[in-house]
Amino acid sequence: MKNLNYLICILFGLGITLSSCNQSQQTNGALASSAAEKVYVAPGEQDEFYAFLSGGYSGNLTVYGLPSGRMFKEIPVFSQFPTSGYGYSEETKPMLNTSFGFVPWDDLHHPDISQTNGELDGRWIFVNGNNTPRIARVSLSTFETEEIIEVPNSAGNHSSSFITENTEYVVAGTRFSVPVPQRDMPINEYKGNFKGALSFISVAPDNGRLNLEFQVLMPGFNYDLSHPGRGKSHGWFFFSTYNTEEANSLLEVMASQNDKDFIAAVNWKKIEEYVKNGGGTKMPANYAHNVYDEETHTGTSTMIKEVVTVDPTKVPGSLYFLPTPKSPHGCDVDPTGQYIIGSGKLSADITVHSFDKMLAAIEGEKFDGEAYGIPILKFEEVLAGTVKSGGLGPLHTEFDGRGNAYTTFFISSEVVKWKVGTWEVVDRKPTYYSVGHLMIPGGNSRKPFGKYVVAMNKITKDRYLPTGPEMEHSAQIYDISGEKMELIYDFPTHGEPHYAAGCPAELLASKSKKIYRLDENKHKYATIGADDARVERNGNEVHVYMSTIRSHFTPDNIEGIKVGDKVYFHITNHEQDFDVPHGFSIIGQGTSEILVMPGQTKTSLWEPKKVGVWPFYCTDFCSALHQEMQGYVRVSPANSNIDLSWSLGE
Amino acid sequence: MLTLLVGCKNEAKTDGTTSSPATTEAVKEQGQAFIEDDESTPNVLQIAIGSPDHTTLVAAVQAADLENALVNAGPLMVFAPTNEAFDALPEGTVDNLLKPENKDALANILKYHVTPGNYSKDFLKKFKKLGQANDQNVMIVVEGDDVFVGGAKILGSVKAGNGIVHVVDKVMLPPEE
Repeated sequence: MKNLNYLICILFGLGITLSSCNQSQQTNGALASSAAEKVYVAPGEQDEFYAFLSGGYSGNLTVYGLPSGRMFKEIPVFSQFPTSGYGYSEETKPMLNTSFGFVPWDDLHHPDISQTNGELDGRWIFVNGNNTPRIARVSLSTFETEEIIEVPNSAGNHSSSFITENTEYVVAGTRFSVPVPQRDMPINEYKGNFKGALSFISVAPDNGRLNLEFQVLMPGFNYDLSHPGRGKSHGWFFFSTYNTEEANSLLEVMASQNDKDFIAAVNWKKIEEYVKNGGGTKMPANYAHNVYDEETHTGTSTMIKEVVTVDPTKVPGSLYFLPTPKSPHGCDVDPTGQYIIGSGKLSADITVHSFDKMLAAIEGEKFDGEAYGIPILKFEEVLAGTVKSGGLGPLHTEFDGRGNAYTTFFISSEVVKWKVGTWEVVDRKPTYYSVGHLMIPGGNSRKPFGKYVVAMNKITKDRYLPTGPEMEHSAQIYDISGEKMELIYDFPTHGEPHYAAGCPAELLASKSKKIYRLDENKHKYATIGADDARVERNGNEVHVYMSTIRSHFTPDNIEGIKVGDKVYFHITNHEQDFDVPHGFSIIGQGTSEILVMPGQTKTSLWEPKKVGVWPFYCTDFCSALHQEMQGYVRVSPANSNIDLSWSLGE
Repeated sequence: MLTLLVGCKNEAKTDGTTSSPATTEAVKEQGQAFIEDDESTPNVLQIAIGSPDHTTLVAAVQAADLENALVNAGPLMVFAPTNEAFDALPEGTVDNLLKPENKDALANILKYHVTPGNYSKDFLKKFKKLGQANDQNVMIVVEGDDVFVGGAKILGSVKAGNGIVHVVDKVMLPPEE
């Protein structure tokens, strides 16, 4: 048996050698290394790129390394996350507040990294909540959600969250048109009455704070995806539309009647100027703006009561429609800003519009009628070219910065590489299976890093054991440094990745925050010195000021708590050492554990329901004496007279 | 060892034809169409393969390398001409289309028989036209209970796991553009 194995090894080894010889001959000696070598990141080494994949219905954002495909982190954004206590701790509950109350979940779709002069700057990443319309800003130095703003007059916040090339705005377009303002009316009176809001949310250059500056109220179409103009087209924003039929039922038939829908070209600079000069209508609204402050380690939620809306027909030259075949889905702009790519999802072809031709057509008034007072440009006058792909169901396009574009095809399950300008198809590779979005780091900026493309699939089937029926979606990594794409790796993703954004790891490394400084902690209930640890009662509300250090809680024995109390454990982690969090959990905790970072304060609410002596402990294996890191709370009947007391080591 | 050598061969084959959009580098008999699955409702491809009246259609789909597109999540509606329908074409037409050099033309005709959608024969009466997978439209005519798609009459329908197969009595030829 041993000999046989040996023989097989020799034969197999020989086979590999022979075939790699053949391959290197056929590829002119270049790129002879194996796929395994290309994705191998040796232990202790780090990945060249970081990729941020949308988690879809998980509501969160996941962080992966490229080319290794290793998952580094899941960043909670719109969903409660017991791993850290996000959305369960008192400090983070306000982050999930909306005009509908506390909404602990969303459908997270399209990450976009902040840019300066059209290039990735690695400061923040923006993501959209699709279901209860929200936009979030996540810090790329802490990988924490710092801000969430609700988007009023919007529903199915899908055409989001894409930024302009200096991060002036993060843009959120509604997928569903709705009555604006919302009101009780018959559904079948949709046509002509519903509106689609495109929201422009400004981003403060210094701290990233979001403010909803204005909403452009569009005809009642569906707004699917969008991307900013860049370079020469900076100042414009492009939105794909479907259901220009304005159907309100059975859209799979009724919204496919028109041969062409539109890409809407919005001159946001014109509208910005109009609003700055007092234009637009202030409309009553009610939407949440939630901000997490790093110094107080606390989130606050504020309801905003007004929004500026703009009727684009009142701002001449601010809006044009570019006819685009077959219900376009993806709407992508090449790195030069010259070409706008519309992928008709029921089509075989990809439509490319020219920005220069668009300006000339506007100048020459080459109109083909209008829709609701908005000029429709003549298709032939704006068309730059058509990519005759031979594939089926084009969805999304990214760019490599070397003049090539890469488009996913859902139905024919492939990535097609084509040349921008000649529209010639130069390569195609199958995906496994039914690919949705794809991502090249910086692939939708002025400066893509065209080394890898990640294809994110909707269907997994046989890529792993078919134990299910529920399976994680598969993704593939292709090396795109050569003329031909090369499939080099296959890895599972978490939730359902829609879009993703990636950047060089070195862009993040210098900004990474390792600890929070205890002497900068301004939390209202912080326990800065262990001597300050105490327990205070205010009616049935009890506040425990508790600190942690390896390997104990201060205090760790508490008496005088009663059934029916609301006990707030405010835990301050006194560690000032990289990667030493402490956790806190207590029996019967109705929320989740909390994980407290060095220098941070977090609060967990506990409502004891039973008389007894109940333990609490550290959930993070913090030290050699982690198992000793525990304590007890004595809970007495509601009518007892036991005084509050607390201690450590007595 | 064998697989690797085959991989090399394909590599060589496609290097010479880089500009042809119809060239596919997918290794034959790889992809969703070839996953073993006897639990799900048969998909449109499996239905065609299982039908003795559609051997010509299946041969054509295989010659055009369209198997993987037909097992996609879709939804897909396939108008499936019977063997008899293919036989009614002028003599030599099918043999000619099955030649490797005519793969693109064949794929175009076959895609003209596929709609991204899933509608019953009755429901199709609501439509005047359908947008087909080859990017052309096909007209729908209703005569009494009969539904004609591009001149082909729907003879019967089979629901599939990823759409529906309508058996038709004629091969639908895409209009010249």
